[in-house]
Amino acid sequence: MKTKSKLIKPYTKKSFITYALLIAVFTIVQLILNFGKMSFMMQSLLVPLCVYSILAVSLNLTVGILGELSLGQAGFMCIGAYSGALFSSLMKEAIPEAMVRFPIAILLGGLCAALFGVLIGIPVLRLRGDYLAIVTLAFGEIIKNICASLYLGKDAEGFHLSIKSAADMNMAPDGKMIINGALGLNGTPKDSNFTVAFIILLITVIIAYNFVYSRTGRAVMSIRDNRIAAESVGLNITKYKLITFGLTAFLAGVAGVIYSHNFSTLQASKFDYNMSILILVFVVLGGIGSIRGSVIAAVVLTLIPELLRETIGNYRMLFYAVILIAMMLVTSNSKLKGRITAYTNKLKGLIKKEKKGEIK
Amino acid sequence: MGFLSNLINGISLGSIYAVIALGYTMVYGIAKMLNFAHGDVIMIGAYVVYLAGSKAGLPPVAAVLVAMVACTALGVSIEKIAYKPLRQATSLAVLITAIGVSYFLQNIALVIFGANPVNFKSVVSIPAIKLFDGQVVISGETSTAIVVSLIIVIALSLFIKKTKSGRAMLAVSEDKGAAQLMGVNVNRTISLTFAIGSALAAIAGALLCSAYPILSNTTGAMPGIKAFVAAVFGGIGSIPGAMIGGILIGVIEILGRAYISTQLADAIVFGVLILVLMFKPTGILGKKISEKV
Repeated sequence: MKTKSKLIKPYTKKSFITYALLIAVFTIVQLILNFGKMSFMMQSLLVPLCVYSILAVSLNLTVGILGELSLGQAGFMCIGAYSGALFSSLMKEAIPEAMVRFPIAILLGGLCAALFGVLIGIPVLRLRGDYLAIVTLAFGEIIKNICASLYLGKDAEGFHLSIKSAADMNMAPDGKMIINGALGLNGTPKDSNFTVAFIILLITVIIAYNFVYSRTGRAVMSIRDNRIAAESVGLNITKYKLITFGLTAFLAGVAGVIYSHNFSTLQASKFDYNMSILILVFVVLGGIGSIRGSVIAAVVLTLIPELLRETIGNYRMLFYAVILIAMMLVTSNSKLKGRITAYTNKLKGLIKKEKKGEIK
Repeated sequence: MGFLSNLINGISLGSIYAVIALGYTMVYGIAKMLNFAHGDVIMIGAYVVYLAGSKAGLPPVAAVLVAMVACTALGVSIEKIAYKPLRQATSLAVLITAIGVSYFLQNIALVIFGANPVNFKSVVSIPAIKLFDGQVVISGETSTAIVVSLIIVIALSLFIKKTKSGRAMLAVSEDKGAAQLMGVNVNRTISLTFAIGSALAAIAGALLCSAYPILSNTTGAMPGIKAFVAAVFGGIGSIPGAMIGGILIGVIEILGRAYISTQLADAIVFGVLILVLMFKPTGILGKKISEKV
């Protein structure tokens, strides 16, 4: 008779190790926080770390599982951040309880981003490779530009909206500005904290693992590996691509909501092309397709530059760029890859030999 | 008259985009990759012109020549170091590498030249042309950009049609394997393409920064992406297409900026890209490529 432990599938084990690791890290951080041993700078990094991890995991679904490059991650994040923050600042009086308001904002932000993800995905996902990358980049820039020129105010007559200037809104002088163009949104309630951000990160990782090892996930991976073969066994390519793209957008939107509720001001210029690239660096360095890797890379690559801010300064981005190129050369060039595997095998052999020697 | 001068400015900006788009379209046609770093080669080229011209005191034409040599060397070495090892790799890997190279160039420029933008001294000394009793003024930079880009497009088309290396480029873009069997040196042809594209990038950098004289490490990024939009618009792989696409994008951008919204001009250009790819993914002059199983 098989014991119960043998019935656990390998991927269940893999995902549970990740959950356990995450919870362990969270507990340790909480302990340090409780003893008051954490510097203020580190404390301010906790929520962004979770946000970046969520973004990296979500982008990994598109890059790693679907095998398409999306450079619009910041755009989806921007949609989530704006819609979530707008909801919270409008509902501050109507729903004073943050525990009720924030989850609604998170869901709303995620859904708005997912809606845009699907809308943009329908025409765009017919394209592949380079075209898809450039269109998602273009889309991200469009979102950023529109958000940066958005003016919204409220006075006795109701809401006033303009995409040109504050004067264009025809708002009464006693009205209240809600979104002020390039200056962005002010007065978002500071609802995010480390615990909430961590719980959302954990949920994201659970969603990601369950997605990858589901029937849908396998279908998506088969499309990645051979699109024509997948199509010929009857998989609806567009549907699976849209599902993945929508899920990525949803999670990016959620990350955006958490991000926007961590600061009281929100500017669209934050969500530029560089943000999308940064997330891509996390995904690539963590290992394309590896969810645990994405989280680790996001945490490590955010922490190291922050800790060494004074010593490395401008070299930080240069370092990322070199890592990106080197990683791609090492993992995708068959000659280099072969050489490295041979070297590591040799190393492993040496270690084994040494161990044997010890036994003797 | 305001419309006319906007239109001329649009054509001028579009001509610069066209010169940049040529680099994209040639590399895409031959190496089947999107050279994301092309826009940043422009920025490096402009810095070299600035150093050679304003700092070392070379005459403008000599400074541009120095920049062309430098950019050619840069383009060819980028290809050798970063892209050539990945010729058999997936397009995702190549694209990520190209983004890495782009990021690398931007940040190495940041480290070397600093974060403060420099004031670029125009390389053009042609006087402005006044039309309709001075109601429409065409600056020297504007007319030079249009003339130079026309010359480049004509010269490049002739080069590809008439010379042996040019025809080799055509052959490689049609079918790499068959070209190799016919005795074409594929690697050398790809290097040549990168060399020409990068030399053109230096010219584009000088023209761009003469018209918009603020030079920083991210100067090339946005024009680079817009030029790619232009290349897609005109039909990727086509040289006259790059010219037409470039001018259309330039005109759309300037008119959008003048009549719709300054802040939304970029969004309009990218909106055009999305529309083109939705309705005619092959662009105006592009060929349809069917996929073989």
